Amino acid sequence: MAMLEVRNLQVGFDTPEGEVQAVRGIDFDLEAGDALAIVGESGSGKTQSMLALMGLLAENGHASGEARFRGRDLMKLSPGELNQYRGAKIAMIFQDPMTSLNPYLNIEKQMIEVVMHHQGLDRREARAHAIEMLRAVRIPDPEQRIRQYPHEYSGGMRQRVMVAMGLLCEPDILIADEPTTALDVTVQAQINQLMAELRRSSNTAIVLITHDLGVVAGLCDRVLVVYAGRVVEYGTVEQIYYQPRHPYTRGLLASVPRLDAVRGAGLNAIPGNPPNLLDLPAGCSFRQRCAEAFEACGEEPALRDLGDGHLSRCHLEPEQ
Amino acid sequence: MTGHAGILRHAIQRLLGVIPTLLVLVTIAFFLIRVAPGGPFDAEKALPAEIQANLNVKYHLDEPLVQQYLRYLGQILTFDFGPSFQYKDWTVNELIGEGFPVSLTVGGLAMLLAFVVGTVIGVTAALRQNTAVDYGSMGFAMLGISIPNFVIAPLLILLFAVFLGWLPAGGWDWSLNRMVLPVITLALPVIAYVARLTRGSMIEVLHSNFIRTARAKGLPERAVILQHALKPALLPVISFMGPATAGLITGSVIVERIYAIPGLGSYFVQGALNRDYTLVMGVVIFYGLLIILLNFTVDMLYAWLNPKIRYDEKR
Amino acid sequence: MELGDVKGRSPWEDAWHRLLKNRAAVTSAIIMGVMVVVVVLGPMLSPWEGDFTDWDHTFSPPSFATGHWFGTDAVGRDILVRTLEGGRISLLVGLVATLVSLAIGVTYGSVAGYYGGYTDRVMMRAVDIVYAMPFMFFVILLMVVFGRNIFLIFVAIGAINWLDMARIVRGQTLSLKNTEFVEAAQACGVQRRDIIVRHIVPNLLGVVIVYATLTIPQVILVESFLSFLGLGVQEPMSSWGALVNDGAQDLESAPWTLIFPALVLTVTLYCFNYIGDGLRDALDPKDRL
Repeated sequence: MAMLEVRNLQVGFDTPEGEVQAVRGIDFDLEAGDALAIVGESGSGKTQSMLALMGLLAENGHASGEARFRGRDLMKLSPGELNQYRGAKIAMIFQDPMTSLNPYLNIEKQMIEVVMHHQGLDRREARAHAIEMLRAVRIPDPEQRIRQYPHEYSGGMRQRVMVAMGLLCEPDILIADEPTTALDVTVQAQINQLMAELRRSSNTAIVLITHDLGVVAGLCDRVLVVYAGRVVEYGTVEQIYYQPRHPYTRGLLASVPRLDAVRGAGLNAIPGNPPNLLDLPAGCSFRQRCAEAFEACGEEPALRDLGDGHLSRCHLEPEQ
Repeated sequence: MTGHAGILRHAIQRLLGVIPTLLVLVTIAFFLIRVAPGGPFDAEKALPAEIQANLNVKYHLDEPLVQQYLRYLGQILTFDFGPSFQYKDWTVNELIGEGFPVSLTVGGLAMLLAFVVGTVIGVTAALRQNTAVDYGSMGFAMLGISIPNFVIAPLLILLFAVFLGWLPAGGWDWSLNRMVLPVITLALPVIAYVARLTRGSMIEVLHSNFIRTARAKGLPERAVILQHALKPALLPVISFMGPATAGLITGSVIVERIYAIPGLGSYFVQGALNRDYTLVMGVVIFYGLLIILLNFTVDMLYAWLNPKIRYDEKR
Repeated sequence: MELGDVKGRSPWEDAWHRLLKNRAAVTSAIIMGVMVVVVVLGPMLSPWEGDFTDWDHTFSPPSFATGHWFGTDAVGRDILVRTLEGGRISLLVGLVATLVSLAIGVTYGSVAGYYGGYTDRVMMRAVDIVYAMPFMFFVILLMVVFGRNIFLIFVAIGAINWLDMARIVRGQTLSLKNTEFVEAAQACGVQRRDIIVRHIVPNLLGVVIVYATLTIPQVILVESFLSFLGLGVQEPMSSWGALVNDGAQDLESAPWTLIFPALVLTVTLYCFNYIGDGLRDALDPKDRL
């Protein structure tokens, strides 16, 4: 039994226009120390699926399915029970470090409350632990800076604080939702490197949510490609990068800018837009944008095992 | 603490901004009264010229207007509002000294009641958004805003004094049971505003990213609300205290009249009807000063509670 | 994807649809519509004149038998007709004073916001200063100094209420100024005045409508307040505030003289506030979830 088993996870949102089916059945397993990337465009449901297992959906959202963490189904827990896992066993850091920290409380207050609550440390111990954690994420002069407020930190520093805060209780899983999207490129690399190191030193499993296949390779072992709320391809980094099977994955890879590309070749964007989640067309949801679509695509393909754990949701035969 | 220098500079800047406001206040009040047709002593019957002249000298009404103005400004600087035109043996300072403690007691209690009850209602409604509790309290709040206090007051008297006989209909003797109805009347619209304001800002804060972070940390909901959401949600409410005071002062004019309370508002209305120039000016300037000072205090409080202002001013 | 089913829907249509979904606002608008018609036509249809004193029925309670549906006051005047006639004044004050404050506020705010820089700073500093004044006391002073007359009430209230409007319009103008369509107009050499009139003002309409709707009840309230203190409209003219004042005097013996005008006044203020709220929700899609 894997540490985390997610089965048929579904998320919907009630809107005045009808129900938006943001996530329509996602499955994956996560073992201790794993690093899984969930890749997809904005609106593909990658963030919402993770928020659902953290119990953080917006008020109009609802989730179903199973998410067994060490045997307990997170989806069935009351908010009080879930709080024993959130922050302690499973931590999550968010896309926008500028707004994800409370601007009215200093860093110390925001960090020590986590360990005081989950581990019952007293204020002094909690503070010492928080300073140690800040040092681990290379915040300079943490004894002084811990007293400062979030706006006195730069964007990259804030995301480091978020990472430090997430790791305070040595969680089994760290979910990082596009942690570097809002940051400068150089800072992005630093944060990614930081997470890679922390994973190695503490055996924390990482779930990296991103739309950028470029950052995945250095950090993750396996990739889950999500499109319109469903898994369309799953495999190791090597399988996804070198033998992508789903036309959507191939499109994503082709749209990553490359230094070795032929001059003037331009970027290969995937034409069209993701389907309307309020009113999904029948059949394969990528059909309208797919250059290789044929008659069979009128029917939704199943997720097929292509061998070696490589899964793809496409009617095309591997030879093609 | 790192922020003190920033707050101090902020305070000095704001204080400097208060000076022109005060000057304009005094100037408008002074000239408005002086251009008024009909002096204080020609209201009833023509006085003998000698007496009129004596009065004019006594009150400096014979000097050129500019000189009178400068003299008045000088007096204001020493907080001397001069003698009352109407209450012969009283100075305006003494009249304010008589009336203000009464008004302050009623107003202060109303303010306290309004902010405590208003924030509690607002937070409760926000946490139960789109439930019967929310709709009920917001409908009630809208009613509180819409019913003028001069309508509420007679209705309260009718119910609690006339029909039920629980409370006195008016009058003043510093006893608590004479304060109940005036305080409630005065507080009601402020409760309603504060409740709406609190609900709105609380809902906004609850949707912010940092609240999601707090929840992701596994903090109990109580801690999320009390330690993370409450302070930012109450900031707009704190800045509402300035306008609320102005509203309470205005309302006190009505409330003091209906409940026959000898407060400053009663003196003001009486002074206005009697053309008691110095008294009316004194009260306007006094209240203007009070509002300005209160706005200043609220501003400081806001800056002190908001780390971002502390920081920005420091740079 | 087919484009056939995509119909152009202007933001105004969107707002209109949102407004129609707001039951409180729609109900309020209907009530106010009826109220206006009744207030305007009612006195003409009534058998009583507002100042007719029915000495056979002084302080008569509400009754269909006497023909005084809302009862009469101390001198036998019909409360219903007086309430309707008072309503004409109150609503008129609300409308006219709001228009005055609208005209001053929009002009002032859009000029300050559009010209910006030094002009803006000076203009808004002036607003700040006036804002800090105990405004009700000045209105009372004005009434005392210049005597009571209805024209002065319009001007005094309107001239003081424009401050909020000016602030809101300025803020909105500042953000509009930096939009691309205004920059495009500037790049094309359109004159400043024309930009303000053609591009800025129409785009301010939403906020202005919302704010104006919320100003009407405020103004009615101020007028009632003055009339209640005996500083507003003079006999034989009447307004809701004056009627409430009269009624409050005879509270114990004839509560109907208070209750009917008070009820009508409160319902009116309530409705305007709900309409304003509904318009704000409809025109400001920011907090749609």
